[in-house]
Amino acid sequence: MAPRVDEVKTYPVLDPARALTEPRWVRWVLIAVALSFIALFLLVPLAQVFASALDKGMGYYFNAVREPAALSAVKLTLVAAFFSVVFNSAFGLASAWAITKFRFPGKSLLITLIDLPFTVSPVVSGLIYVLLFGLQGLLGPWLKAHNLHIIFALPGIVLATVFVTFPFISRELIPLMQEQGSEEEEAAMVLGAGGRQIFWKVTLPNIQWGLLYGVILCNARAMGEFGAVSVVSGHIRGLTNTLPLHVEILYNEYDFTAAFAVASLLTFLAVLTLIAKTLVGLKYEKSRQTPAAQAESGIA
Amino acid sequence: MKFKSTGILPGFGLTMGFTLAYLSLIVLIPLAALILKSTTLTWAQFVQEVTSPRVMASYKLTFGASLVGALINSVFGVIVAWVLVRYEFPGKKLVDAMVDLPFALPTAVAGITLTALYAPTGWIGRLLEPLGIPVAYTPLGVVVALTFIGLPFVVRTLQPVLESLDPEMEKAAVSLGAGRWYTVTRVILPTLAPAWITGSSLAFARAVGEYGSVVFIAGNMPMKTEITPLLIITKLEQYDYAGATSIGVVMLVISFTLLLAINWLQSRTGVHRIH
Repeated sequence: MAPRVDEVKTYPVLDPARALTEPRWVRWVLIAVALSFIALFLLVPLAQVFASALDKGMGYYFNAVREPAALSAVKLTLVAAFFSVVFNSAFGLASAWAITKFRFPGKSLLITLIDLPFTVSPVVSGLIYVLLFGLQGLLGPWLKAHNLHIIFALPGIVLATVFVTFPFISRELIPLMQEQGSEEEEAAMVLGAGGRQIFWKVTLPNIQWGLLYGVILCNARAMGEFGAVSVVSGHIRGLTNTLPLHVEILYNEYDFTAAFAVASLLTFLAVLTLIAKTLVGLKYEKSRQTPAAQAESGIA
Repeated sequence: MKFKSTGILPGFGLTMGFTLAYLSLIVLIPLAALILKSTTLTWAQFVQEVTSPRVMASYKLTFGASLVGALINSVFGVIVAWVLVRYEFPGKKLVDAMVDLPFALPTAVAGITLTALYAPTGWIGRLLEPLGIPVAYTPLGVVVALTFIGLPFVVRTLQPVLESLDPEMEKAAVSLGAGRWYTVTRVILPTLAPAWITGSSLAFARAVGEYGSVVFIAGNMPMKTEITPLLIITKLEQYDYAGATSIGVVMLVISFTLLLAINWLQSRTGVHRIH
């Protein structure tokens, strides 16, 4: 609604410097409200994790995180995260190249489909693989006949993790490469560079921080995924349990202290992710502001 | 359809081929399996599965709690974003970095932590219990979990828009005699509205499908505190594939609709970061 001129005129003339910000007490109140909200929803839960983890002392804590089932969960989590990062990085680079360097019909549909796993419920993400590869699934009988195990086994866990982290790197690279345009790559081509050379010497140095940023997000989500993995894993202790599933099992066995001890490992990971994300984010923003300067240092 | 590219750079065939193959293998074929499996049911069976009283109660909780969580985040999110962009205070960088904690913290960890906090013996639950406000194992607990996981969306969507607001606009309003309250409510907030709605929709979409952070605090009582994603898992564990598939299809259609709505909002606001 546009303000009417006579309505505006009724306000007294104000000191412009004061009129461009809020009165001091309003600023204080807003800061207090924001900080209380952050403290209540973020800081207190963080403190709770470590307080509960150390409930029964350091000895109990270290036993909980060093027992064989916990260690095998760490291993499985690392394996699933590794595959997610590698596969989705390759996909992120390929899809961003195809989408930003060329024009073709159906581009916006393709981008929407890439985004789809982002809004699909993790439980549905697990369900689709059970319906495809499970015993009752479409390929179930064939897999059984050939003695191949996907559901309740490592491949299923990797697939579900890859699915939930599917758009993370791609969605970072597409807008970045769109912004940077193709001039530098085209110049390199005119100067005689081949496709591989263009990618490694021109494109990759330009997008390295964006790629790393996407990898950090992808890795964090992969290591922490719970719902999707829960559906496909079968919860076989020591075999198909990732760290978040191990937390759930300990919790359901009423071993709360051990559950929080293992949870504290994942919380460390989350805090590390936030630090890495902030540091890489600074580099990333800088490289976005001066793509030309970044490219020069990359080629030189 | 002829898949012709315009552009002089090499690699279209290779990258496009890989993109489509990978997208099909990981996303499209498994999703098609879900749709295909649901077609083995008759329409009447499907409708019966997705509208049974227990399922209807779970929709009510899931969408109701997601909506309340998104509304809480839209109010506090705009305050947090405003304070982080406009004011200076000690520890601001730390607070800014912490906003992403719900993205980074695994949902299962969030779930057991919030349950411990809000249980009747917990740090916060102990304070609320005498007031007659039980949180853990009630729908309110579901709201708390969904507020937690949706927290970064509104803040992170609003921050870049607030940063790029043209200061000339506010100066113009002042020079025309507008007071601060008038400038904020009539000039700044309307400009933020599209991004504000986008951020809240993202929080809502995330909350609707959420599982890990909710199942611990909800108590999971049928008809009372059972969310829809949990119902899918329950049906799977009972080998009720028809039931799981039907609810899965409903959830998928809802997420796809929300995605299209959010994309449309984003194309109008120019906000493109989704995480």
